[in-house]
Amino acid sequence: MSTIQTVAGQNEEHPDVALVERVRAGDLSAYDTLVRKYERQLFRIAQHITQNREDAEDVMQDAFLKAYEKLDQFQGNSKFYTWLVRIAVNESLMRLRKRRTGKMVSIDEDIATEEGSVPRDFADWAPNPEQNYNQSELSEILKKTIQGLPQGFRVVFALRDVDGLSTEETAEALGLSVPAVKSRLLRARLQLRERLTRYFKKKASAVSQANSAPKGNGPRESEPGTNEPGANRPKGNGPLGAEPRGDGPRETEADA
Amino acid sequence: MTCTEFLSMLDDVIDQSIAAETRAEIEVHLRKCGHCEVVLDTTRKTIEIYRCHEIYELPTEVSQRLHTAIIERCKKTK
Repeated sequence: MSTIQTVAGQNEEHPDVALVERVRAGDLSAYDTLVRKYERQLFRIAQHITQNREDAEDVMQDAFLKAYEKLDQFQGNSKFYTWLVRIAVNESLMRLRKRRTGKMVSIDEDIATEEGSVPRDFADWAPNPEQNYNQSELSEILKKTIQGLPQGFRVVFALRDVDGLSTEETAEALGLSVPAVKSRLLRARLQLRERLTRYFKKKASAVSQANSAPKGNGPRESEPGTNEPGANRPKGNGPLGAEPRGDGPRETEADA
Repeated sequence: MTCTEFLSMLDDVIDQSIAAETRAEIEVHLRKCGHCEVVLDTTRKTIEIYRCHEIYELPTEVSQRLHTAIIERCKKTK
């Protein structure tokens, strides 16, 4: 669903460049096109940071207006969308600051935790686990799960994995270093995976049936780290396109 | 390769930016380590689920209202 287009060649001009030039020449309809193109992404970013629908709506409006007013400052060294996201992130943080009566707010907040950086739950997921929930249930699960992450992780995940920005573009949009984006992305992905496993893991009964093991027949709900590690997991497509897995010994279990 | 080493490369594996020789080492590790195989597979699914399901929908009527407001405000600025 990524709408961000990668520029294939160095000399290939991103389609936004022509639109921006038209806006600069006074063509408001070109800006209309840019707003339509990016409003959903900007709204999503603002929601991830502010966690508030009204604030996200206001941020979206203010960010587009500010971008329009400051269009002369857009150098064209970066993509228009990256520049736009940076404005929206700043607007979102300002909005949070207002809510917290002037207390400083930054994208670095609450990221000191190492929680979730090391996987603990190794239960495999059911096939197409999202189909076990209706649309609104699934939406709630996904929202609740990502809302549990620090905002600095949420926004990196949203830009990098949902919007499809590159690591470098994400770093630029958020004013972070590339290593910082990489570190946050890994932790965001692992924390989300760990939390979603509680909902999407195979039912214990199905696992035990497949195992034909003499233990573990009772339902196990969501306790992390209590699962038999994949001894009889069905073999999916190889993660690296490799051949089917063996069930050999896990020599390095302690490291996980 | 240890699980810790694999984990440190997880993002590169997912983003397919791994050198061929490292990739071979990873494949060997994954054949032996069910834990890491599950972590890789379910992390990929995590990303896919969030990509495929928009959790912050912008309803058309809200989009239209905001859109009109943005353009009106832009008109007033210049």
